[in-house]
Amino acid sequence: MRAAFLRLSGRMQRLLSLLIFPALLLFSAAAAQANTLSLAEVGDALIDANLRQKAPLVEQLLSVEDDDTLRFAQTLLEGDLYYRKSDRLLLTKDDDDLQAFFTQEPVVISSKRAIKKISVNNRLRIQLRAGIARMQIFASSEATRLTAAQSLLKSADDIDTATLKEAMAQETSPKVSEVLALVVGLKQLQSDNDNERRMGVDALSGSLYPEVRGALSNFIRDSEAAGHTKEAALAAEAMEKIETRLKINSVIENLYFGLALGAVLLLAAIGLAITFGVMGVINMAHGEMIMLGAYTTYVVQQLMPDHIGMSLVVAIPAAFVVSGLVGIAIERGVIRHLYGRPLETLLATFGISLILQQAVRSIFSPLNREVATPEWMAGTFSINPALALTYNRLYIIIFSLLVLALLALILKRTLFGLQMRAVTMNRPMASSMGIRTGWVDALTFGLGSGIAGIAGVALSQLTNVGPNMGQAYIIDSFMVVVFGGVGNLWGTLVGAMSLGVVNKILEPWAGAVVAKILVLVFIILFIQKRPRGLFALKGRAAEMG
Amino acid sequence: MKTIRFNTIKKATQILGMTALAAGVNLAHAADDTIKVGVLHSLSGTMAISETTLKDTVLMMIEEQNKKGGLLGKKLEPVVVDPASNWPLFAEKTRELLEKEGVDVIFGCWTSVSRKSVLPVVEELNGLLFYPVQYEGEESSYNVFYTGAAPNQQAIPAVDYLINDLGVERFVLAGTDYVYPRTTNKILESYLKSKGVAEKDIMINYTPFGHSDWQTIVSDVKKFGSAGKKTAVVSTINGDANVPFYKELANQGVNAEDIPVVAFSVGEEELSGFDTAPLVGHLAAWNYFQSADSEVNEEFIEAWHNYIGSEDRVTNDPMEATYIGFNMWAKAVEKAGSEDVDKVRGAMYGIEVPNLTGGTAVMNENHHLSKPVLIGEIQEDGQFEIVWATDAEVKGDAWTDFLPESKNLISDWTSPVNCGNYNTVTKTCGGSAVAGE
Repeated sequence: MRAAFLRLSGRMQRLLSLLIFPALLLFSAAAAQANTLSLAEVGDALIDANLRQKAPLVEQLLSVEDDDTLRFAQTLLEGDLYYRKSDRLLLTKDDDDLQAFFTQEPVVISSKRAIKKISVNNRLRIQLRAGIARMQIFASSEATRLTAAQSLLKSADDIDTATLKEAMAQETSPKVSEVLALVVGLKQLQSDNDNERRMGVDALSGSLYPEVRGALSNFIRDSEAAGHTKEAALAAEAMEKIETRLKINSVIENLYFGLALGAVLLLAAIGLAITFGVMGVINMAHGEMIMLGAYTTYVVQQLMPDHIGMSLVVAIPAAFVVSGLVGIAIERGVIRHLYGRPLETLLATFGISLILQQAVRSIFSPLNREVATPEWMAGTFSINPALALTYNRLYIIIFSLLVLALLALILKRTLFGLQMRAVTMNRPMASSMGIRTGWVDALTFGLGSGIAGIAGVALSQLTNVGPNMGQAYIIDSFMVVVFGGVGNLWGTLVGAMSLGVVNKILEPWAGAVVAKILVLVFIILFIQKRPRGLFALKGRAAEMG
Repeated sequence: MKTIRFNTIKKATQILGMTALAAGVNLAHAADDTIKVGVLHSLSGTMAISETTLKDTVLMMIEEQNKKGGLLGKKLEPVVVDPASNWPLFAEKTRELLEKEGVDVIFGCWTSVSRKSVLPVVEELNGLLFYPVQYEGEESSYNVFYTGAAPNQQAIPAVDYLINDLGVERFVLAGTDYVYPRTTNKILESYLKSKGVAEKDIMINYTPFGHSDWQTIVSDVKKFGSAGKKTAVVSTINGDANVPFYKELANQGVNAEDIPVVAFSVGEEELSGFDTAPLVGHLAAWNYFQSADSEVNEEFIEAWHNYIGSEDRVTNDPMEATYIGFNMWAKAVEKAGSEDVDKVRGAMYGIEVPNLTGGTAVMNENHHLSKPVLIGEIQEDGQFEIVWATDAEVKGDAWTDFLPESKNLISDWTSPVNCGNYNTVTKTCGGSAVAGE
């Protein structure tokens, strides 16, 4: 009986709140001032509200004076706020753990359908972020205050001058103070007082935050429209200062982009520099070796799902072994019989590439596989507010150089490297010295393929891991090797980096499509002039190739 | 040694011959009491990633229909061919399906170029093709029913949402360099200008197929977006290029709150390839999302999971378009009392079937559907949260009103017009040069 009553009252309550809701909305403007609702009541109202109705509720939420307000706003922002359908209990969801929002006691549910998320959209997220920033500007941690101040740049209108002044006065960190000064400047731009506005322009001059640039350009437009030519001129001057600094930024940025692209080209091409450059095999299945490396990364991650960071480290040798073994199998099975017949090799390896693609498609499905990015590879390394270098590219530049150095070491300092070079330079002579040239061929091809596999590990962090991923790199790889000079590692390095940088310098003004065409045309012309590429080998090896 | 090898070959040929014979007999026997359904989706090559799912969807629908006893007392028999993402092969396979296999209907194609390649063949042999993917419009064939969205059912409402609900004033139109993005962007550019957006507030960017290095473009978008006006990216970037594009957006910290990206080719399946946590809030416009709250959708998802044998597989908009197309065809066959192409086509006009979002889809005289338009925000779990929907179903418009060359064209395949590109001003059929394209 009691239970039935409770259930009934639950339904009544829902009905009631449905009825009350429109009225609530009408009152909300007044209520925001009077602040009559408690956090629990706002939460309850949020359950029934649609996205449009949530906006005034969120505004109220942000002004509720309660110890849990900040946590409530943050949970809502993260999309972790749920409610139980049966009794409208508010819940926090952290991965798979559920707890009641207010009491923070763990809650167990029967099925996924028993709870529902309280959703937010972009506009509510902007609102929440601004509100959280206002609350956190007095936080104890410097990093939190800095984030708060930076997000206040986007919502300078929402904070009142008194609070801002208080925050400025209390602030001890120069970094945060600097950003807060910009917020003050942004507010001053809106002022009616000429002098204040000029002070605002002064405060903003030279700052590289995109918000400042946006506000200044709006200010110039508005001032010109209102006939305040003097301020417009002042702001234009400040703007010019910003533009000059941005120009320097963009040169550095393009250079970095170019090097990053070069590193990707280098990784893709190093393996080919061995198989094509040293052995002279036109290996159309090279891209598929890269793909196999990327799939190996995927498999390794599936095997150790809790150690994403470690899995990448494990994937490097694993990918080398997998692609290397496949490479050796291809060499022993097919290419061995085709030495000296480049056209047949080309066709045979092209066939192999199709077979490998379809095999992967059959085993793993044609859909892309998800390779997770470890935390240390995400995000940017911020040099100034308008120039941030992405970490993943930075690591890939370093990684590509390491791989190149390691390969050079193997070629120059190990017995295998010596034998390899001996076989390429003069096969009959090497053979008569007791080197098993057949095995050296197989191992060399395996080495080249294995390195392509390592490239696959790196590329899995940048692009999609699917059966076709290798095809995107095969043409670029040949381009780099031919341009750099066949059979020369340094040529490959210089070739990859210069092609990357040239491409990225051309791209901003020619567009991605035309830039690519221009680079191709340039290489064709270059090869006409220097058929052996940038760094041509001299002597007997050159004649053999 | 040689003889052995020869023998093996001989034996293999014999076995092959026998199987072929058996298959032939089987087919001849089958032809009487089955209705043949052609499935023309790439199962290998670049497009296999998207099209394999649609092949499975059609097969699932056929299986379900057969469980219900088939159509007109006959079982449905699927004929699956693989055009291997090779556009000319699409035409050859269509000819094979229609001439050799004698199928009564074809479900197939994804890219516009494959559809254009199939078009002359289905028109010559009077076949019936159901095309399930959103496309650029500017086409209406007597032999094709378009169950995906036309530009006015996806692109235009999405831009309206950006302008009205998010207050966007500056637009980046980014696309892959081929016919669908080029035409869509042309339409959007002219539409935006009609809405008073200035030339300098529109940035158009094209990239090659499978573009993987997005550093410069994303950085340009960031710069374009810091001019003091709310900026959004309208993306018609296709297929594989999306993953590196979104990864670069996440890495360079392009936030949906600052610069939202609304995509027309990114659905649940495209997102299943990577971690969407940094992309929360970016948008997509479709006629269906898996998260749509309706009973028929839940049933469909459950049936799909059972059929494919995995709870992890998602559903998406082209699957819904396939679902609607198949159900409409089945209903039309029953209404016409025959699987004959001309009779079925006649029965198609005005036919209504439930769509998966809880409403009803109607087939119009221009061979396009009326269906609702939804906008969704990407969530952490790779699903979309529906944040906006049209009040009523939108009627697909074969010829856009926002391009001068197609402004006066309409399509109506019922009498008295009976024309796919009828010029309402000159009152002639085939009234424009674009019609043939």
